[in-house]
Amino acid sequence: MAEQIEASVAIATAVARCRPEVLCAYPITPQTHIVEALSRMVRAGDLAPCEMVNVESEYSACSVAIGASAAGARAYTATASQGLLYMAEALFNAAGLGLPIVMTVANRALGAPINIWNDHSDALAVRDCGFIQLYAADNQEAIDMHILAFRIAEQLSLPVMVCMDGYVLTHAIEPLELPSQEQVDSFLPPFAPRQILDPDEPMTIGAMVGPEAFTEVRYLAHLRQQEALDAIPALAQELSERTGRACGGLLSGYRTSDAALVVVAMGSVLGTLEVLIDEMRGEGLSVGALAIKTFRPFPRAEVAAALGGAARILVLERAIAIGAGGVLTDSVRWALGARQTPLHTVIAGLGGRPITRRSLRPVLEAAATGGLGELHFLDLRQDLVDRELARCRSSARPGPHAEAILREIGIVGAGPV
Amino acid sequence: MSERPFAITLEVGSSRANHTGSWRSERPEYVRRMPPCNAACPAGEDIQGWLYEAEAGGGGYHSAWRALVAVNPLPAVMGHVCFHPCEEACNRLALDEAVGINAVERFLGEEAIRRGWEPPSPAQPSGRRVLVVGSGPAGLSAAWQLALRGHHVTLRERSKQPGGMMRYGIPAYRLPRRTLDAEIERITALGVQIECGQRVGSLAYALQEGAFDAAFLALGADVAHHIDIPGATAARVIDAVAFLHATAEGQAPVLGRRVVVYGGGDTALDAARTAARLGHGAGSLPAPQPLAGAPGAQEDPGGEAPPAPQEPVVVYRRTAERMPAHPQELAEAREEGISFRWLSTIAAARGERLVLERMRLDEQGMPQPTGELEELPADCVILALGEEPDLTPLQGLDGVIGEDGRVAVNEAMMTARPGLFAGGDLIAQERNVAVAVGHGRRAARSIDAYLRGFAMPGEEAPEPVAFADLNPWYFTDAPRQVAPKLARIRRQSTFEEVVLTLAEDSALYEARRCFSCGSCFSCDNCYGVCPDDAVLKPGPDGSPYAIDLDYCKGCGMCAAECPCGAIAMVPEQT
Amino acid sequence: MSAAADRSPQAERRDEGLRFYQTGTFAVGGRLLAEHQRTVQSQPRRPSSLTKGHRACQGCGEALGARYALDAALRAAGGRLIAANATGCLEVFSSPYPESSWQLPWIHSLFANAPAVASGIAAALRAKGREDVRVVGQGGDGGTVDIGLACLSGMFERHDDVLYICYDNQAYMNTGVQRSAATPPGARTATTEPLGGHPGNDFGQGKSAPLIALAHEIPYVATATVAELHDLEAKVARAMEIRGPRYLHLLVPCPLGWGSEPSETILIARLAKESGLFPVFEAIDGAIHAVAKIRRQVPVREYLRRQRRYAHLFADGGREDVIDRLQAAADRNIVRFGLLEGSAPLAGDLLGAPAPGELDDLSGAQAP
Repeated sequence: MAEQIEASVAIATAVARCRPEVLCAYPITPQTHIVEALSRMVRAGDLAPCEMVNVESEYSACSVAIGASAAGARAYTATASQGLLYMAEALFNAAGLGLPIVMTVANRALGAPINIWNDHSDALAVRDCGFIQLYAADNQEAIDMHILAFRIAEQLSLPVMVCMDGYVLTHAIEPLELPSQEQVDSFLPPFAPRQILDPDEPMTIGAMVGPEAFTEVRYLAHLRQQEALDAIPALAQELSERTGRACGGLLSGYRTSDAALVVVAMGSVLGTLEVLIDEMRGEGLSVGALAIKTFRPFPRAEVAAALGGAARILVLERAIAIGAGGVLTDSVRWALGARQTPLHTVIAGLGGRPITRRSLRPVLEAAATGGLGELHFLDLRQDLVDRELARCRSSARPGPHAEAILREIGIVGAGPV
Repeated sequence: MSERPFAITLEVGSSRANHTGSWRSERPEYVRRMPPCNAACPAGEDIQGWLYEAEAGGGGYHSAWRALVAVNPLPAVMGHVCFHPCEEACNRLALDEAVGINAVERFLGEEAIRRGWEPPSPAQPSGRRVLVVGSGPAGLSAAWQLALRGHHVTLRERSKQPGGMMRYGIPAYRLPRRTLDAEIERITALGVQIECGQRVGSLAYALQEGAFDAAFLALGADVAHHIDIPGATAARVIDAVAFLHATAEGQAPVLGRRVVVYGGGDTALDAARTAARLGHGAGSLPAPQPLAGAPGAQEDPGGEAPPAPQEPVVVYRRTAERMPAHPQELAEAREEGISFRWLSTIAAARGERLVLERMRLDEQGMPQPTGELEELPADCVILALGEEPDLTPLQGLDGVIGEDGRVAVNEAMMTARPGLFAGGDLIAQERNVAVAVGHGRRAARSIDAYLRGFAMPGEEAPEPVAFADLNPWYFTDAPRQVAPKLARIRRQSTFEEVVLTLAEDSALYEARRCFSCGSCFSCDNCYGVCPDDAVLKPGPDGSPYAIDLDYCKGCGMCAAECPCGAIAMVPEQT
Repeated sequence: MSAAADRSPQAERRDEGLRFYQTGTFAVGGRLLAEHQRTVQSQPRRPSSLTKGHRACQGCGEALGARYALDAALRAAGGRLIAANATGCLEVFSSPYPESSWQLPWIHSLFANAPAVASGIAAALRAKGREDVRVVGQGGDGGTVDIGLACLSGMFERHDDVLYICYDNQAYMNTGVQRSAATPPGARTATTEPLGGHPGNDFGQGKSAPLIALAHEIPYVATATVAELHDLEAKVARAMEIRGPRYLHLLVPCPLGWGSEPSETILIARLAKESGLFPVFEAIDGAIHAVAKIRRQVPVREYLRRQRRYAHLFADGGREDVIDRLQAAADRNIVRFGLLEGSAPLAGDLLGAPAPGELDDLSGAQAP
């Protein structure tokens, strides 16, 4: 039964029902509401036995989780943006050690310029750290994915990152269904660690490995992630049988089977896309959308199959690989193999800029008819860019772009400094 | 196990597969090195060895004593009279004060007497007969060692009682006779026959008559050097050896009120201190015998009470620093009020006065006359100018007495005549109990080899451990327990012991001050300080350590941190 | 002479329980010591938490210090101990695949995060109700004083139940002897060569991790060296009696980085303390309450001259000015910490509660 609830609180409740034993986090917008809610539960004794460690940095957050997990505790943390990058070193380490930590990433842009709003730059920046990366299209899926994440993590002994768009999802208040404690308990058995720091059976965890075995270690890590391509759909199916709804997975298509143009995307923009696709289908345009729910490991074969009928592909990127283009694009093209399906990259929604149907429609239409270039920036204010480029050419020391553009559009400054 | 992450998670202790011993260019080796006390001991005692036993306290005292008497049958005597060169050699001197080895030895010796510890069992009888002449420390030591080795020993003594100079030369306040008697009794208990009052007039005859297979001569040196003092009457001059001998036999002569002792050796001090005690006439002492014609008694004007006796004066031709007497004896003599005339010789006697001539030391430190004269009142002069042996029993033995008129021995203590050995004051440059005991032991070892047809053992003299070879950090500062001394006032009038035996806890404390130079004392330092966990401690206390050469990298920390220099680093053979 | 009079100082000392006159309490063990007076290191079956076969250099102070400290902690914890280790020499030489020298549960995660990993372990144990198992975090000076300081401070401030041990060898040895915040002035490292008039590492105010720990007012802070095992083990034992964050700063000479003889590692640690350059103290609840007195004081040059990292101070005319400044630093420690017999730490100078009346009255009020 659905209840009207802030998504962050709902996520916290879902995490709590997974019976974590150690929680650790450092506050960063827009993750804060999740850990605040969890903190209240621990303090009130509603979540017990559980230790909440208020660390002094994200680096420590992940490190505390590493220690806790290695000591056999179910460990959870949450972060976003700069915080995720600040813990980057520890992310690789947690994954390398095979510690099944679950982490929420409330996706947010990376500075400079500093920006607290949503895009996927943060999670994609650490896409190769060895965590499994799940991307939630909506809050219900985000809730279910957290429960799934603990099960996947512990079954494979790998850490899992559940990515959900900051503000757009985290701060939404909407009716959401929370799996009951019984449902969670029946799905998620107690944590049985693959390795544990225990005086009764001592072992050395975290050895130095040289060239003689490092490749093998890495290859095995890759194989283990590949196992998740089988495990995730099976576990998602198992969870949906308990909840009665789809609960994540590798990917999901929306009207893709007969679509000439398939839009590939991750995260909350899928909701917008589905409405738009319905509209455009009503107008006779053959459009569908493919939601990537598991970005790491990348479900290459599944993506290739899902795009098998598409004449054209548009990858809607909520991040930019500066100097290259799209991050997701590269993976999709890799999935296509030798197929020469025309493929367009659209960079959209950076730093919290809304992705509207009004803006998307002409781009999709252009793509459907071959009128779109390979790389397109949605709603790019070309006039601002042009003027800034001209200003730069006029001066040897033009100063920062961001401030100049803001001054240009009248947001800061009332005249020359 | 296979579930654990490959390579990143490892089995504990699996590094034992990695034999880091291959890194090593030097290896530590446990060694036993000569402690300086042992090297300095004329008696040849393993001082470090018996101190190690004594450190344990309790039952350790008995094993310490057993180790002690294996070398020296007179530990209690030596504990009283030895001038302990071991303590001068003791490395602990460089840290605080020498270990009181002598005091611990005395404690052990007295403890053995008090508890009636039995002598060790002798070896199977060899059937060989050995004659020992002279029952001083050399003779007793040789007799003890020979008896332990299973030989039949006959010991002949000229005097009424055994002990030689220990009984007739050393005053009772330095060596109680009950101590001496107890230790001699233990020697006879081992089977040594001591025949007292048996002067050996002719050794050649005695050997033949007794069918002895070998003999050890320990005749001592008790013929005093004499000088003529112009103007002195014989009655007013007595030699120190005779004086001490008479006193020891309970027939101390009357000396008069003002006693002058002439000489600078230990005998001079013994005589002066004995005279001081006699002069104060304690009631417990034997009554003094009038010395015929002693002027002090005759010329004393009648009617008045005799003036109080004065403390004896020692006249010596050189200075205190150049005196051959031991500093400790000098210090005790001074404490007892003995006074000294340094740089003086007795030129003549005039009535009740001696004429002294002032001396000066030349560049070689030899005294030279100055012609300056002064007078010193004296009722009596005791001459303590040295002694020499009486060699008459050796007449008729070809070659035993050398051209210089002395008995010469080789390294094995054997004279020019095969089977005839000699030791003690008879041959010694330095005449004391410790040297004599050492001679006796060495001679006995040689006699044993001679009788069994073995090669004579030589004396090794390895380099003793120096202070620089130790790591003194590990020794706490522990001041020496000075044996309580009798109050000076009591010492002036009695022959009670001047230096008392240490109490048990003090003796234990002293023993534990030993550095154990050059010998492992199980401190666990090597086992503890090895960064490579490569020193093995196989069992409980006392079991030896071992280097685990599979892992020892040869850093040398164990050797550097060994408190007692018992680990050496030696180059690895490649 | 009565028997009572002979029950002199040594008899009294015996009553205090110190029966071992031969070597006092400075040696590792000894047959004459009672069982409870012996060090953990003297035990025939000590834990040897860091066992043989490790790849530390000859004479490595850190390898020695780690075994000393962890063995003592293991004994105090009844064998129930987990260690979290920072990246560094200790980690590299002890755990290269496929061999580990550790004999207790041990984890290495990263360079800077050992205190946080330890906190996580402690949190897990608390959540699981397994508080019989104790936690140690450990690292070198770089991992502690420099890159790990934030994690360490967080661990202190949160009052996490971890004993953190810093093995201080005063530079980044694992990477080839570069300067760290714990490198003393005047020392040559690969990044502080004595060139262009520089004295080696430049003089500054230094960065004392023990005093930083003290400022957190955590229950226990102590310094120690590998030269005084009894002191070290006693401190570990005391630290293990306490719950909450505890900090032990252990000086571990490095023959490679310091240019000293491998056999002199302990000697050099001893000279560091005896010269006053490395004060050995113990603080409880934010106040220093005990100081290891200098036993045989030596001038700093006796310490410096045995190390090639200071060779430039003695070569070609030398740098007497630098030696003088180092001596002044030692002298300041001696006064500040009260390192000589009969002296006491300066109240009010060090962190911790000053003695009443020792502080200046800043109110301007005149005393009556």
